[in-house]
Amino acid sequence: MGKAFSRPESLSQTMTHYCPGCTHGIVHRLVAETIDELGIAGRTVGIAPVGCAVLAYNYFNLDFQEAAHGRAPAMATGIKRVRPDLIVFTYQGDGDLASIGMGEIIHAANRGEKFTTIFINNAIYGMTGGQMAPTTMPGQRATTAPTGRDTDATGMPIRMANLLGELVTPAYVTRQAVLKPQQINKAKKAIKKAFEYQVEGRCFSFVEVVSTCPTNWGLTPLDSLKWAQDNLIPYYELGDYKTPDED
Amino acid sequence: MAKVLMKGNEAIGEAAIRAGCKNYFAYPITPQSEVAEYLVKRLPEEGGVFVQGESEVAVGYMIFGAAGCGERVMTTSSSPGVSLMSEAISYIAAAQCPAVFVNIVRGGPGLGGILPSQGDYFQATKGGGHGDYRLLVMAPDGVQEAVEMTMKAFTLAEKYRNPVMILGDGLIGQMMEPCEFPDDLKTEATNKDDWATNGMDYRKSDKRNLVKSLFLDPTELNNNNLILKAKYDKMRKEEVRYEEYNTQTDYQVLIVSYGTMSRVCRTSIDLLKKDGIEVAMLRPQTLFPFPEEAIYNAATKENCKSVISIEMSMGQMVEDVERSVKGQREVEFYGECGGDIPSPEKIIEIIKGLL
Amino acid sequence: MQTEIKFAGFGGQGILLSAKLIAYAAMKQGSFVAWVPSYGPEMRGGTAYCTVVISDKLIGSPIIKNPTHLVAMNRPSLEKFAPDVKKNGIILINSSLIPVRSEREDITELIVPANDTAIQVGSVKAANIVALSAFAAKSELVDMEILKKCIKEEFAAKPKIIPLNMKAFDEGVAIARQS
Repeated sequence: MGKAFSRPESLSQTMTHYCPGCTHGIVHRLVAETIDELGIAGRTVGIAPVGCAVLAYNYFNLDFQEAAHGRAPAMATGIKRVRPDLIVFTYQGDGDLASIGMGEIIHAANRGEKFTTIFINNAIYGMTGGQMAPTTMPGQRATTAPTGRDTDATGMPIRMANLLGELVTPAYVTRQAVLKPQQINKAKKAIKKAFEYQVEGRCFSFVEVVSTCPTNWGLTPLDSLKWAQDNLIPYYELGDYKTPDED
Repeated sequence: MAKVLMKGNEAIGEAAIRAGCKNYFAYPITPQSEVAEYLVKRLPEEGGVFVQGESEVAVGYMIFGAAGCGERVMTTSSSPGVSLMSEAISYIAAAQCPAVFVNIVRGGPGLGGILPSQGDYFQATKGGGHGDYRLLVMAPDGVQEAVEMTMKAFTLAEKYRNPVMILGDGLIGQMMEPCEFPDDLKTEATNKDDWATNGMDYRKSDKRNLVKSLFLDPTELNNNNLILKAKYDKMRKEEVRYEEYNTQTDYQVLIVSYGTMSRVCRTSIDLLKKDGIEVAMLRPQTLFPFPEEAIYNAATKENCKSVISIEMSMGQMVEDVERSVKGQREVEFYGECGGDIPSPEKIIEIIKGLL
Repeated sequence: MQTEIKFAGFGGQGILLSAKLIAYAAMKQGSFVAWVPSYGPEMRGGTAYCTVVISDKLIGSPIIKNPTHLVAMNRPSLEKFAPDVKKNGIILINSSLIPVRSEREDITELIVPANDTAIQVGSVKAANIVALSAFAAKSELVDMEILKKCIKEEFAAKPKIIPLNMKAFDEGVAIARQS
């Protein structure tokens, strides 16, 4: 009898540094499975962000570049334009992508750069220690918003998938979550579709993944899943915001 | 190929293509936008890539990405744009990727002006970005030298796996002069399979490559900085370039000047000679590594009374000149940096004041 | 021996092109040349100027305050730059647009109705070529046949306008010879 479940080959045999209950591990696995299934590991280059996933290159057994904070989409543009045969993905968090890297992601998407972005939205800065992100929910506490996010002073949370879905340039833009098994299965399908669009050379593809941060939220892993389901999902609605097929 | 009459900016673009660089990313800024306007037409003929980035910040990382996967790549910009790219330049140096940056310098600080300046000497040679890195910096004094230095830059960038900067100025970019593109400066790109993220299948290896600048372990970080330092020391030994002018005479004053400013000084030296006054010049062609030894030797020649650094800045290179002369002679300075290039007559007046 | 020519006029009068063509011809004759434009906001509708330096040795400073000659295509250019021209130089005055003269006794004035002549041969756009050929003929700085060839090469992509420019060229030469 063959093995029913094993570590994807595109993941290295290492323990991650991620906190207990963090969903990065799940998303890493979904990306790695996809790369294995599509047989593209030998021509894939990942780009690590600045944030908790800065060390992602230690966990993927793939060629990797490490970007400065927010600049991964510009690096991906550089790689993909000079080597269109490579499969390029960026893996970014919400501070990286939606704050300091807003310019880079919008313009890469709008140019229709044919790479894939995996965007982990857990409504907070992780690595730097729980500061407010552009995605932090109204009233949600953060170290730089100790009494909760004041929307009068800081505006409302940015919905990246909605924003990118508004661009006219054809793209695949979707928001998924990894809080429940069925969500994880759907997220896997979306991630695979995103890479397939790239393999076909069709369009820019963007998968936002609503995730958790038990450590900085100050919740247990289980409570985090529940809090995210109750608080994030109603605001960050799941589903496709744009597909290239509609054009 | 016969000589052609070209603007410095266009010639730099053509030189990159002749050197085998087919990848160019840039953001428009005066006085160097002609490079992009030229390459957007030329690169498609060569099967090359041009992307107009959304900002110089993004362009810096487009360069990083392309360089990281082992392709020859260049950008051109001007002072404020290079400030924005400096973040990426620091990362590229740390990650040891070859890339070519051209700065057609305009007046600063701030928005400054758009006329020629040499106010970015510190930025180029002392690190515009953070951390212990250096650029190999070459400063042409005209269109032909801009061509040669641009072509050479790719080879040097690969030799050292380090960014190379061409420091021109608005005059060199805008001026037309005859130029040729020497075939012998065209080199084959080096094999980058042992470090570039060019795809495991592509390099027929099952070992993945990492392009990164994060070294959280203090020993690892120190080691990376030692590797960089060893490269900079090697540049100091092997890459110093300079030109001497009128040094075979019994000169009383030694001028140190580079780029456009050195051409004015050359005219002044010729005019002074007619009056029987001998002045020599040492023109650094590489600003890093700096021709310290050559300047020391030229400055300490018997009849040489004083040394003067003449720049289109408020006094930047003069610090390196002082360092080179090691207190053996007085080191004077003259500079203007509003955009009006000092006239030969003004330089003559300054030199006569030293006699 | 070094000669400097300043070409000046409104943006759009083909100043930069005239300057480039004479630099090109001088280069083909084996001289060192530099073509130095003014750039930036000045290009937008105001006075454009460009200096060509032609020398038998490597050119030092290409920034010239006192040129040997001046080709003035409009009145502001003449008024601004005529006082700078070196003694014994040529000042070409585009008399179609400039009703005044240089008021200098120590230079040679070359009066050329460049616009009117260009209109006569077919298009006002060729005024710069009329002025260029007149100046070149008078100054004898470059071989006229080489200059003619440079103009043909410049317009190689638009062969239709070559005959017009050749006519303009010949007219310019004729005006210089008569003066």
